[in-house]
Amino acid sequence: MKRNLPLIVAFVSGVVILIAGFIPRDPFPRIESTLIDWFMIISSFAILLGQASLLRMNVIRVAEKAPNWQYYLAGIISFGLMLAFGLLWGMEKTPGLLGQGQGIVSQLGVKPFDYLFENAFIPLSSTMFSLLAFYIASAAYRAFIIRNFESNLLMLTAVIVMLGRTSFAPMLTGWIPDSLGWLRLPELTNFIMQYPNTAAQRAILISAALGIVGASLRIILGIERSYLGGGK
Amino acid sequence: MKKTLTGLLLALLACVLTAAAEQPAFSVQDNPWDDGTSVLVKWDLATGADSLSLQKADSLGVFQEIFKEFAQTGQYTDSSLEIGKDFRYRLVAYNQARGDSLVYQGSARTKAQWFDMNKLSLLILLVLICGAILYYIFSARRGKDLFIRRISGLDSMDEAIGRATEKGRPILFVPGISDLGDIQTIAALNILSHLAYKSAEYGTELLVPCRFSMVLSAARETVKEAYLKAGKPDAYREDKVFYVTDDQFGFVAGVDGIMLREQPAANFFLGAFWAESLILTETGFGTGAIQTAGTGQPHQIPFFVVSCDYTLIGEELYAASAYISRDPQQLGSLKGHDFGKLLVILLVLAGVVMEIIGAGWFKQFFEGGS
Amino acid sequence: MKMPERSVVERRIVFLLLVLAVALPIIFPLGLKTQSTPLTEQVYDLVNSLPAGVPVIISFDYDPSTITELQPMAEAVIEHAWKKGHKIIATAMWPQGPQVAEMAFKDVQARMEKQNPSVKKHIYGEDFINLGYKPGGLVTIQGMGRSMEAIFPTDTSGLKYAEIPMLKPVRTLKDIRYVISLSAGDPGLRDWIMTANGKFNVPVAGGTTAVSAPGFLPYVNDQKQLHGLMGGLKAAAEYELLLGYEGTASLGMNPQSVAHILILAFILFGNIRAWKKRKADKLAQEARHG
Repeated sequence: MKRNLPLIVAFVSGVVILIAGFIPRDPFPRIESTLIDWFMIISSFAILLGQASLLRMNVIRVAEKAPNWQYYLAGIISFGLMLAFGLLWGMEKTPGLLGQGQGIVSQLGVKPFDYLFENAFIPLSSTMFSLLAFYIASAAYRAFIIRNFESNLLMLTAVIVMLGRTSFAPMLTGWIPDSLGWLRLPELTNFIMQYPNTAAQRAILISAALGIVGASLRIILGIERSYLGGGK
Repeated sequence: MKKTLTGLLLALLACVLTAAAEQPAFSVQDNPWDDGTSVLVKWDLATGADSLSLQKADSLGVFQEIFKEFAQTGQYTDSSLEIGKDFRYRLVAYNQARGDSLVYQGSARTKAQWFDMNKLSLLILLVLICGAILYYIFSARRGKDLFIRRISGLDSMDEAIGRATEKGRPILFVPGISDLGDIQTIAALNILSHLAYKSAEYGTELLVPCRFSMVLSAARETVKEAYLKAGKPDAYREDKVFYVTDDQFGFVAGVDGIMLREQPAANFFLGAFWAESLILTETGFGTGAIQTAGTGQPHQIPFFVVSCDYTLIGEELYAASAYISRDPQQLGSLKGHDFGKLLVILLVLAGVVMEIIGAGWFKQFFEGGS
Repeated sequence: MKMPERSVVERRIVFLLLVLAVALPIIFPLGLKTQSTPLTEQVYDLVNSLPAGVPVIISFDYDPSTITELQPMAEAVIEHAWKKGHKIIATAMWPQGPQVAEMAFKDVQARMEKQNPSVKKHIYGEDFINLGYKPGGLVTIQGMGRSMEAIFPTDTSGLKYAEIPMLKPVRTLKDIRYVISLSAGDPGLRDWIMTANGKFNVPVAGGTTAVSAPGFLPYVNDQKQLHGLMGGLKAAAEYELLLGYEGTASLGMNPQSVAHILILAFILFGNIRAWKKRKADKLAQEARHG
């Protein structure tokens, strides 16, 4: 029963949603709407589950004085601080348990939650994303080596697109006459992005979509059961 | 035969005449292929009109304005209506310069349809592809031998696990950064099941950081089940499959930290990834780990290719479960995918030919007519 | 002290040069100008084509990590929509979306007032509204297609849906004239395309990070699954150019352009190094066999 019930639920809900996609008449839209509401409720509860797991893991590491336990303590303190500020004074227009916190806002300029969000969370998040620029540079230096015909073609395309996506592009090829305008870097870049690139992306997208259809069919029919926890 | 041909010709003539017939200036009709809660109002005004007011009669018969954006030719869908009721509309087209106006009236009864004809092409394709998948699954069950080409990224799994065992370092497996609703995550968990089984057999530590709690629950069950199947239930440690954070780059920071501290010998990045993919794989490259990655996101594949030893591209990720297990049913569904690809190729070629010869109906049929 | 490996040293040099390539043009702007491309112009035309008073959705499906690329786009689109008199409904599929939305509205109002002190002050609830974050992605959008009020019973300040003046004519997603999703991943633009456009025929345009943009190009087609696509900081700069001002995106194109040139130089240098190594290996092999 523990294995069969989820399979039955997956089958019934999968088939209903599939049919509801083609039949606009009542009761299918209502059934679909109900399933949608249930999904949203479950998603919301799942957030709590994650936070509980995070707290538990960090508290255990601090209690056992695991290596680098100080960082786990910093994690718990940050979690608690944001939670407390959000609950007590809210954020932006949303009031907290203690109202809109006019006193603190008059000192900080914004609510404490918003202050930490704008001055700590945003810079930290942006810093992590900015690592991408450095890693792209090091990966490009290491891996973009011309070895054969295909890599030659790749290199040429990369040079055109990289230059075409900068503000230097109009300067570098702006002198080309209108009759040969398609040779200008921005036009070449647009052509490469809209035709060869899009064709390749479509091909991968279509084959991935077929993979999704197959995997979904296997899940609906109960052939694929890994989401239940391994095995057949 | 003669009667059939005559009938067909008459029908064709009727179609041509209908198509050539002048479209009315104002029409109100039940919105086709819907749930019966909307009415479609169309207009094609004479030149000279420069503003309009579309009005609907309320329950007392008084017309209230519902739309006033001017367009010479346009349409308006009035939705959230009651099914099976009559609704009256009036369009007043003004000519401000001359100071006069034209009034059009019409009514329609809302009606729910049983089938959305705009999706007929989708249904046909779905039936064909699913039919092919089921056919090959049943063929495989009957013992038919099905060929699948080598996927080096999956063949290398054993090598990666062996290397990690020799070095006494753990294996890191990231099941993507999408939730359990994404098929890529489910495909990743399939592979995790086999990887966990092998890790349990060899006694190698397996670390699985998760971004979402539902993925965490599924991953824990998967790994636990695998350890049980390998006969090593006591070796399973729940804290090795853990939640990091919901935040995308917070998750990346956490996983990067794990890679730099724990120094895994083998990294597996399988599932849905976005902009953070290169940050993960470059950090892993820096630690000297053997890396296998796979995703269905076409725009992240180049980043994986430059920084990983093996990459599963697109559909190979979904084929992984069938490839590793060699389960006939799963291999059968892969053949169904191949049929689907062949069908798409034929349709693309047919579409190109049809467009060249000017038969626009072929493309319109697959566009869905909406 | 053990010398770090050659590859580690090279990596550090690469990183240092990149820091300089990005920092110097910010401190000493080069004054480079960009030019618009058809994909950005399509988004601009979509917003431009609609009259005043129409309700529109701008969905903030990103978090602070991608704020540098997507926030300038958001601000440009908000300014354009406000200039056209559109009623902006802000939604979010990501938890931090509502906060970045508030920041965008505030910054745009401040900039518009700075440019023109007599500009109309946009009123919350009449000109724009922030409905906040809802989990569920595709499923949430499907729910919006049935009833907006059921999905967003209140806005972020607790005001009831029915009490908000600008939301009175908006019963379902079908009443929305366009959706612009600024998206850094999933859930995001793909869900809006599949549901808002695919199911409810609402025009959808998008803005994404430069890295994700190529993956959405197949949706910019004759069927108008996407009415244009803004990819990365360059697209944001193009939109600013179309609006006639130089904002953070336009200024950001200076370091971006220099960084691109630097990366091309790295690639060239890497190839020269690889070629020299291949040549040396070949000579060594010949010497061994010779």
